[in-house]
Amino acid sequence: MRGLAAVLILAALPAVAPGQQTSGEIQTLKVQGNVYLLTGAGGNIAVQTGEAGVLVVDTGLAPMTDKVVAAIRKLSDKPIQYVINTHVHPDHTGGNDAVRKAGLTYVGANVTGNLTDAGVGAQIYAQDNVLKRMSAPTGVQAAAPFGSWPTETYLSGRKQLFFNGEPVEIIHQPAAHTDGDSLVFFRRSDVVVTGDIFVTTSFPFIDLERGGSIQGEINALNNLLELAIPGYQDEGGTYIIPGHGRICDQPDLLEYRDMVTIIRDRIQAAIQKGMTLPQVKAAGFTKDYDGRFSAKTAAPSGPGTADNFVEAVYKSLAAKR
Amino acid sequence: MPVILLGLLSCPAFAQGPGGYNPVAPGVDLAGNWGPLFHEDQHERGPGPELVNYLGIPITEGARLYGLSWDASRFTIPEHQCEVHIVGYIYRGPYNLRIWEERDPVSQKLIAIKQYIDNYQQTRTIWMDDRAHPSEAAPHTWMGFSTGKWEGNILTVYTTHMKAGWIRRNGLRHTDQATLMEHFIRHGDHLTHTSILTDPITLTEPLIKTQDLVLRLQNGQTWLYPCEPVVEIERPRGTVPHYLPGQNPFVHEFADTFKIPAEAALGGAETMYPEYQLKLKKTGAK
Repeated sequence: MRGLAAVLILAALPAVAPGQQTSGEIQTLKVQGNVYLLTGAGGNIAVQTGEAGVLVVDTGLAPMTDKVVAAIRKLSDKPIQYVINTHVHPDHTGGNDAVRKAGLTYVGANVTGNLTDAGVGAQIYAQDNVLKRMSAPTGVQAAAPFGSWPTETYLSGRKQLFFNGEPVEIIHQPAAHTDGDSLVFFRRSDVVVTGDIFVTTSFPFIDLERGGSIQGEINALNNLLELAIPGYQDEGGTYIIPGHGRICDQPDLLEYRDMVTIIRDRIQAAIQKGMTLPQVKAAGFTKDYDGRFSAKTAAPSGPGTADNFVEAVYKSLAAKR
Repeated sequence: MPVILLGLLSCPAFAQGPGGYNPVAPGVDLAGNWGPLFHEDQHERGPGPELVNYLGIPITEGARLYGLSWDASRFTIPEHQCEVHIVGYIYRGPYNLRIWEERDPVSQKLIAIKQYIDNYQQTRTIWMDDRAHPSEAAPHTWMGFSTGKWEGNILTVYTTHMKAGWIRRNGLRHTDQATLMEHFIRHGDHLTHTSILTDPITLTEPLIKTQDLVLRLQNGQTWLYPCEPVVEIERPRGTVPHYLPGQNPFVHEFADTFKIPAEAALGGAETMYPEYQLKLKKTGAK
């Protein structure tokens, strides 16, 4: 019965973004400063470690959580105190419950008399729309199990933490990949975690059903471009952990921003000429980028494919008119 | 006969030094300051290639479309201004090349061959210690990650983890999935560098180029490259200069100037080979 419930919940969850899925094994790479990248669990996972404990950005797919927690434990035996979700998709939130349970939340003297664990596991931070999309009103089946919901949300702008000796900014990017996207910026380590606003494995997946838009996506990429400062001779400096794919820096992001903007401009011009969606799809406006970025999905129009991206851009721009 | 065998067995291990390391290592010494000769492809390497001159480059249809969309005004965007010439292209430019070896201080085993390319101030490491290439998730760089081995007196280098970068600096670019094979061949004071770029996304077959360099006796010929981007043109935030499909005004400029067929200027593997001239003659092109 529990298995059936899990299947029903999974069926209600939003689409998994394209690109790397599970490889069966978790690979850990040091990015820089206090920040590490875990790959192989679906979406990329970032882990910040230090004297105070562990902060985890995104938690991967649910079936990988044992391996994810084990990989975190290899980096640090300090308590996992915070989980931050960059957005709602289950390849980034599927492990929330398990990672939360592996952690703890300290509470202060007014509650317990002593500084101690509140017994609810780690806190899960996210933009408020992530909670709205994972939960549901009373009597309605929620899209995700209760234990995986964010425990602390913010509405707009940014939320700030100071953890392990560095400022951490959680910065909302409205209506981009979804309506609940956050960038997570580790200011001393100089690493930004982007969620699926930026991926190196496919075209952007603009999730229109969950409030994404092409203009929000481009705005977010431009925000990210301004946040990331390249190092000596235009490489390194601020490192960027995309939602899927490899560690990047500003010049890598620049290629992607240019690509998304150019394709937007082409489709915008086509709409102004009165071209229909089938005509735009047939025009091959992404052909110069298909070989690099069109995702290889089972369905020809799956998330991250050229077909899916063109349709999302067209509908997003047409809706704006 | 048994006497000869016994004699061989009583010899110390062949060419082993006192510490067990072979002092007569394979390869040649490439160390020194080298300067490029510009007799090959001078026009392209000096003033630079014309816009929409893709002749003789085995590009894919996608790479051609990318090139036709590319607007040189993109260089005015601050984030693009300090872009380094990628490792597969940097040896085409004007530069000084300093090569030296990095050896283990105790065993004197060769760890790496290092290169300083003063154009863009790039220091390149070619690992010679059989180490593995990094994970797929590791960052990509302008010089990539290189491992080398001696094949006789030829240094053969294999490079992965490159960023996207120029095939030709008029809009033809390879992706970050490209790989590079190189051979450094020394003939006295002359060094020949052969590069073989492979990128199935932008090239239908590997692009092979050679460059030649000569040994320079004067030391210290190094330039600096302190690049600092500036706003050259005020534009709305996020503007990316490019040509919409069919609107590149320079499509015919190169072809018309040099009186070659427009289709030849658009490149492709076919345009690399002499047989292409015969094909053009058959179609009546001049």
